Amino acid sequence: MRRYSIFAVAREGLRFHQGWGRAWAAPEPKKKYEVVVVGAGGHGLATAYYLGRNFGIRNVAIIDKGWLGGGNTGRNTTVIRSNYLQDPSAAIYEKSRALYETLSQDLNYNIMFSPRGLLMLAQTEHEARGYKRTVHANALQGIETQWIEPARVKELVPIMNIAGPRYPVLGALYQPRGGTARHDAVAWGYARACSDMGMDIIQNCEVTGVRTQGGRVHGVDTSRGAIDCDKLAMVVAGNASVLADMAGFRLPIESLSLQALVSEPIKPAINVVVMANTVHGYMSQSDKGELVIGGGTDGFNNYTQRGSWNHIEETIRALIETFPIISRLKLMRQWGGIVDMTGDRSPILSTTPVEGIFVNCGWGTGGFKSIPGSGWAMAELVAKGTPGPLAAEFGLNRFREGRFIDESVAAGVAH
Amino acid sequence: MLTLTCPYCGVAAEETELAPGGEAHLTRFGPGSSDDDFEAYLFSRSNPKGVHFERWRHAYGCGKWFLAARCTVTLEVFGTYPAQCFAPPPELIAAIKAKRPEWKGFQ
Repeated sequence: MRRYSIFAVAREGLRFHQGWGRAWAAPEPKKKYEVVVVGAGGHGLATAYYLGRNFGIRNVAIIDKGWLGGGNTGRNTTVIRSNYLQDPSAAIYEKSRALYETLSQDLNYNIMFSPRGLLMLAQTEHEARGYKRTVHANALQGIETQWIEPARVKELVPIMNIAGPRYPVLGALYQPRGGTARHDAVAWGYARACSDMGMDIIQNCEVTGVRTQGGRVHGVDTSRGAIDCDKLAMVVAGNASVLADMAGFRLPIESLSLQALVSEPIKPAINVVVMANTVHGYMSQSDKGELVIGGGTDGFNNYTQRGSWNHIEETIRALIETFPIISRLKLMRQWGGIVDMTGDRSPILSTTPVEGIFVNCGWGTGGFKSIPGSGWAMAELVAKGTPGPLAAEFGLNRFREGRFIDESVAAGVAH
Repeated sequence: MLTLTCPYCGVAAEETELAPGGEAHLTRFGPGSSDDDFEAYLFSRSNPKGVHFERWRHAYGCGKWFLAARCTVTLEVFGTYPAQCFAPPPELIAAIKAKRPEWKGFQ
């Protein structure tokens, strides 16, 4: 792999950019791999990357039914934060946020990490109390967050109407090192690094069956033939239940559609990420100038990648009251992603009833921010067969044992 | 917008008039049941990509709970029926089979 650098840009500039190679290879699937990762989104690619980097396992295939990063990795609102309440979540989300800080350098690929600061608005008394509690919890967990008063919120976001009357801003949970990154670049950067380690990224390859023998995984059947493997990592977000069904077990997951939309580009207007969970809306401005807006999830099981119209209306109605200047903006695009929701709104990183199959799902509405941390923890789980400290609390058995990691406040809808 | 016909009052209700209630026909397990059964009842869901039987409440209408068969991929509604059923009506199952030959059937 040729490294990207300012010298490479200069060299290619002098020869009309004819010399850039492919960022990753497009190999035919082999008969057998040590590890097959299903799902070439951020989480799947990060899992493969850290399997190679941290554990030296490079005989790995990452297969996807569509194109690389074309699921929720390409559909989210790119928010990165780690201001969660419970210790296990704080640990894995903060690990993830910390890895994002240097990910561009680690991957030699500019993921445009922008720690611009993130506000979670408190618009009811209950929310204010909840967020103050989170700030105290974060202090104990070693995560830098602050409670800030309305005047400071207004200073950070001058376009915000903090007076209400319907949704007054009573303060905010502020994480100065939260922010955004370029979502596609995260997938592309990991893919390039995986390909460079000799791993096979196989796109347009849909898993049609999981072959097991005596309670142990043997391989997968795909639209491009059978592939054998010693270990199988299922990292397919909203389609987790479908894949689990092929392997003969069920998951505590329901798939819902979560929507996002972007406005036409405008001049710089807001340089932090603002989340307003009471009204189910969140907003940031992309480098292109578009306002990136996230809405609520549908309440019913759904694999459509569209989402219901009424949720857009509710989100926009509330955001216009908080940000009056956006009322005349045109919206350019709207889409949905299929999020995999667990009962306690925390992810599942776990062994399964089938030996050799590992599952990473349940990130729900908050998958993008957790990509590096999730891959880090999942790689350890797959390599060793047992979860390391980051993944230990996120096993499937927590439902049976009642050890929930309740993040319904931190996750809410806006994640 | 998703439109379901309430089997009680006959109104074709849009989704904003309804409250979703999750998977239907779950077998309830309570005190005295095995851990496996209790866990499966509380948490495990079939979450199919395709035909799904689910509960809805006509919240801003007659207020009744009812059940619906819907495709989670196309949002096609196959039919609705009263909540006082242990299984979907046979004619509804036949209608779904006719439209979705590959469907595994109600389990």
